[in-house]
Amino acid sequence: MIKLSNIRKAYNQGHENEYWALDGIDLNIKEKQVTALCGPSGSGKTTLLSIIGCLARPTSGRVQLKKRDISGLPERFLTEERRSTFGFVFQQFNLIKGLSARDNVMLPAYPVGGDWKKLHERADGLLDSLKLGHRRDARVEWLSGGEQQRVAIARAMINDPQVVIADEPTANLDTALSREFLTILEGLKEQGKTILLTSHDPLVVDSEVVDKVVNLRDGRLVKAD
Amino acid sequence: MKIWIQKQQALIDFTLASLARRKLKNAGLLLVYTLIVFLLASVMLYTSALRHDAAAVLKNSPEVIVQRMVAGRHDLIPPGYLEKLGRIRGVQKKEGRLWGYYYDPVVKANYTLMVPMAEAPGAEKVADANIVVGAAVARERGLVPGNLISFRSYSGKLFSFTVADVLPHAAELVSADLILLSEADYRAFFEIPAGHYTDIALSVANPQEVRKIASKLSEALPDSRPILREEVLRTYESIFNWREGIVLVLLSGSILAFAIFAWEKASGLSAEEKREIGILKAIGWETGDVLKMKFWEGVLVSLTAFLLGYIAAYLHVFSFSAALFEPVLKGWAVLYPRFELTPVVDGFQIATLFFFTVFPYTVATIVPIWRAAITDPDAVMRG
Ligand SMILES: Nc1ncnc2c1ncn2[C@@H]1O[C@H](COP(=O)(O)OP(=O)(O)OP(=O)(O)O)[C@@H](O)[C@H]1O
Ligand SMILES: [Mg+2]
Repeated sequence: MIKLSNIRKAYNQGHENEYWALDGIDLNIKEKQVTALCGPSGSGKTTLLSIIGCLARPTSGRVQLKKRDISGLPERFLTEERRSTFGFVFQQFNLIKGLSARDNVMLPAYPVGGDWKKLHERADGLLDSLKLGHRRDARVEWLSGGEQQRVAIARAMINDPQVVIADEPTANLDTALSREFLTILEGLKEQGKTILLTSHDPLVVDSEVVDKVVNLRDGRLVKAD
Repeated sequence: MKIWIQKQQALIDFTLASLARRKLKNAGLLLVYTLIVFLLASVMLYTSALRHDAAAVLKNSPEVIVQRMVAGRHDLIPPGYLEKLGRIRGVQKKEGRLWGYYYDPVVKANYTLMVPMAEAPGAEKVADANIVVGAAVARERGLVPGNLISFRSYSGKLFSFTVADVLPHAAELVSADLILLSEADYRAFFEIPAGHYTDIALSVANPQEVRKIASKLSEALPDSRPILREEVLRTYESIFNWREGIVLVLLSGSILAFAIFAWEKASGLSAEEKREIGILKAIGWETGDVLKMKFWEGVLVSLTAFLLGYIAAYLHVFSFSAALFEPVLKGWAVLYPRFELTPVVDGFQIATLFFFTVFPYTVATIVPIWRAAITDPDAVMRG
């Protein structure tokens, strides 16, 4: 599904504070599997995730998505991929304050257009399936952390993406909520989604849902099993 | 096409939800904006309607008025002058007019006393000891037909008149302070002997000949001054323009304040707004989508303000006689005319106003967003 070859990423390239966050990553991410990136803070997990999710470009190396080389494609194309292929659950959730849960869920669908009523129904269906139906009209800042995350997950699913990307999904959750997240994850996997997440959390990394753990250190892979 | 429409619908829907989040701020902005449009549109509508009405009124006035000048001042026309004018080609009719000003100490206002012209529209001869009064005079002195009123003439004598009629409301712009009386009463009141006139009115059939006639007049009567209607019209124009200009200058202060306010509101992107744009881009909005959303925001706010302001101005001017502006715009008379202007809506004027209100605001909303919207989306990953 996604193939990375010799990915390198430098921040502030050419400046005094040039920093290589990724230094030669080769990685194959299989379809319909849950892959977890782990490693110490600063090892480059988030950086790698943003490159895979078309949010950033590698300094060098090739990214293949569905057998297509996307490293050199224009921004327009990357935007299109972000919208249709990927669903993002950000670490800080990045919901838009002041809007209701449902409005937040529908956000990625606005640029697509499509039938207005069906979109509402789909958003409500997703919120229902995440047991948030009763909170759909609440402003997101009134929701608890776990509820906010579920809104973020529903938002990631609204355009029915093939790949779901989650950065530190359990970092802001207690154990009970983390377990609940794993249950949701299982559900997504059953739906046939490819899932890519980063985590330090042993609860996640050691869980049965995770098919593959990728260890990073100083921008390189430690071992891949 | 259908998808395009659906997309715009979705964007507008989001924009509305987004605007609703900062209800107070946006409502305040809308209010100030509407007020500015209202003031500007009021001035524009009012002056153009006034100009229109004045032109319509002047259309019925004589093409040329001849005044006699003595020592550089307007003086009475002496007997025989009318005859001395003789026959001038192109002049259909010549007639001596009688009018003057009278200061009424009761209401501290000047009236125009006038003997109706033989063929003035709507004014038959006024019988002796009767007067016909303008609506403002009637209002100020509480007169209705049949009432008796006395004026003390400049020589100290008291004259009593019966109010025969009150002039119609519609013509109030020019007739507000008017009092019509008979020739005999006029001459007695102002002590002007028979044969003397205030000035002479000439009717000219062909407007092309007016200037030629004027120069002939100056030749025949070197002590006369012809006043042409077209010149009066021009003077009116410039007076109205001048008044409009003054009001616009006064307004421009508030407009400037508004511009700064709008620019600050529209262009000063808060960190929160920048973050939101980053989020939208990260989840698959194109730069263009963000711009379109903000475009709709600008259009919705400014268009609403424009429509509300314009409608309010229309009602203000045409239903409430521009109550707010009377003192400035009609300041030449102590007796304010109260009249309904004929609604005049000028497409070009609307376009101008639209362009100078909606357009800058929309641009001011979009430009800074554009700068924010072309930044990289990956910053979102790091909160
Ligand atoms: N925009 C940037 N400019 C400069 N350096 C950056 C930038 N973004 C990240 N870095 C650096 O790149 C390295 C990798 O960062 P990254 O966020 O990928 O780490 P991470 O593995 O996700 O860490 P954590 O577990 O704390 O989230 C870090 O040392 C970080 O300081
Ligand atoms: Mg990270």
